[in-house]
Amino acid sequence: MIYLDYNATTPCDKRVVEAMLPFFQEKFGNPSSLYYLGQEAKNAIEETRERIARFIGARKEEIIFTSGGTEANNLAIRGTIEALKKKGNHLITSSIEHHSVLKVFQSLEKEGFEVTYLPVNDAGQLDPDTLQKSIRPSTILISIMQANNETGVIEPIKELASLAQTKGIVFHTDAVQTMGKIPIKVKDLGVSLLSASAHKFYGPKGIGFLYLRKGTPLSPQIRGGEHERRKRAGTENVPAIVGMGKATEIAAGEMEAETKKVETLRNTLEEGLLSTIPEIEVVSQKAPRLFNTSLILVKDVEGESMLLNLDFEGIEVSSGSACTSGSLEPSHVLLACGYPHEIAHGSIRFSLGKFNTAEEINQVLEVFPKIVEKLRKISPFGKSEVH
Amino acid sequence: MYSEKVLDHFRNPRNVGKIENPDGVGKVGNPVCGDVMVMYLKIKEDVIEDARFETFGCGAAIATSSMATELIKGKTIEEARQISNNAVAEALDGLPPVKMHCSVLAEEGIKAAIEDYLQKKKEQ
Repeated sequence: MIYLDYNATTPCDKRVVEAMLPFFQEKFGNPSSLYYLGQEAKNAIEETRERIARFIGARKEEIIFTSGGTEANNLAIRGTIEALKKKGNHLITSSIEHHSVLKVFQSLEKEGFEVTYLPVNDAGQLDPDTLQKSIRPSTILISIMQANNETGVIEPIKELASLAQTKGIVFHTDAVQTMGKIPIKVKDLGVSLLSASAHKFYGPKGIGFLYLRKGTPLSPQIRGGEHERRKRAGTENVPAIVGMGKATEIAAGEMEAETKKVETLRNTLEEGLLSTIPEIEVVSQKAPRLFNTSLILVKDVEGESMLLNLDFEGIEVSSGSACTSGSLEPSHVLLACGYPHEIAHGSIRFSLGKFNTAEEINQVLEVFPKIVEKLRKISPFGKSEVH
Repeated sequence: MYSEKVLDHFRNPRNVGKIENPDGVGKVGNPVCGDVMVMYLKIKEDVIEDARFETFGCGAAIATSSMATELIKGKTIEEARQISNNAVAEALDGLPPVKMHCSVLAEEGIKAAIEDYLQKKKEQ
């Protein structure tokens, strides 16, 4: 099996699993318990908090553990709005956010908030000037992702956040696709809130965190205890938190070397596909992009049919086509980039990771052009009408 | 998510391609929606002798197109017109609920190709 869907999830690093194991049966205490077993677990999660804080240049008490990226995004947005709703009712986000952000804003619109969805250019990038023009006296929150999960495009968060900072507006960034992939320093970025998820960087599923800058108001969305400095109640998922800590430690040590290796593989893949398959395009190839992501548009072929054919060959990828999402609309990200529906339906995403090899990429380059050729033969498009 | 039969018809679609000088052609769907099917029929004395298709679409769209051509071959146009989208889906051992619209495309493709045949016949 050739796994090329690392933006969806990653396998746990072996060292992560090893670090987690003692916390299921031996060190199983509840961190809220005062006796030794409880304090042992408490120390373990506090060590992770310290490690993550150091990794992103934050203070330990600014890290809130959550059940993952989706909860961190929900907490950041709803928690801020609940705390600040008396100050205004205008919110700003972008049209390319992950659904765990977009759907929250859509539900807030139904509750009476006004939301501006910023457009992107055809390379999927946000323009700070557009943000500046959208800010109103009633704006209380701006939420922009650091890198897009489909295109891999990295947004100019520092520039965008500085606009918010000068006006005293809370700025949140969804860093689910960047944590563990590129260096993050919250002070440099100038953000008040930042969400991340462990399973995107070789940690376990079901755990993530929200960075909350000291002094930023936030109302808890899950109540029931004094956990996480009263920002998120619930007994901590100790093994997963320890796993996320280990994944962060590994990223801190190995990220740079990994980036070089994976970027080389990604570029080999893109160059190979572009030179063998006519009428394909790499989305946002010229924009600042994550080193592991390659979103390809294939003319006259639908995304899911490519995905299934790759799966028959043991190659696991993802598609932004309507048919994989259960709705009839293709990727909102590609539509926001200005691609017409019929082109957006033909997208296929390769997202690579540290366990991929050059042999695997060669295998894809061997197989994928044949799949496209086969599907184009079935397609009524792109052929001469003359027999 | 897909049945074995859907995967089989998707992987090895039957009757792909055009028919030279077809007696009926039906083009249904819309590239904007992500699926387009063109069905070509060869008809002799109101019996479908050959059916072929070209489809742009997902796995279910291709599989239902393939199954539809299999179902109508050898049938009279009256029999073929009676084939519902549910019948196409059932012949494939079912489709996931979000994919049922693909079977509608197959039913419409059959009907459109037969209409085209009848229209041409009238004009002769």
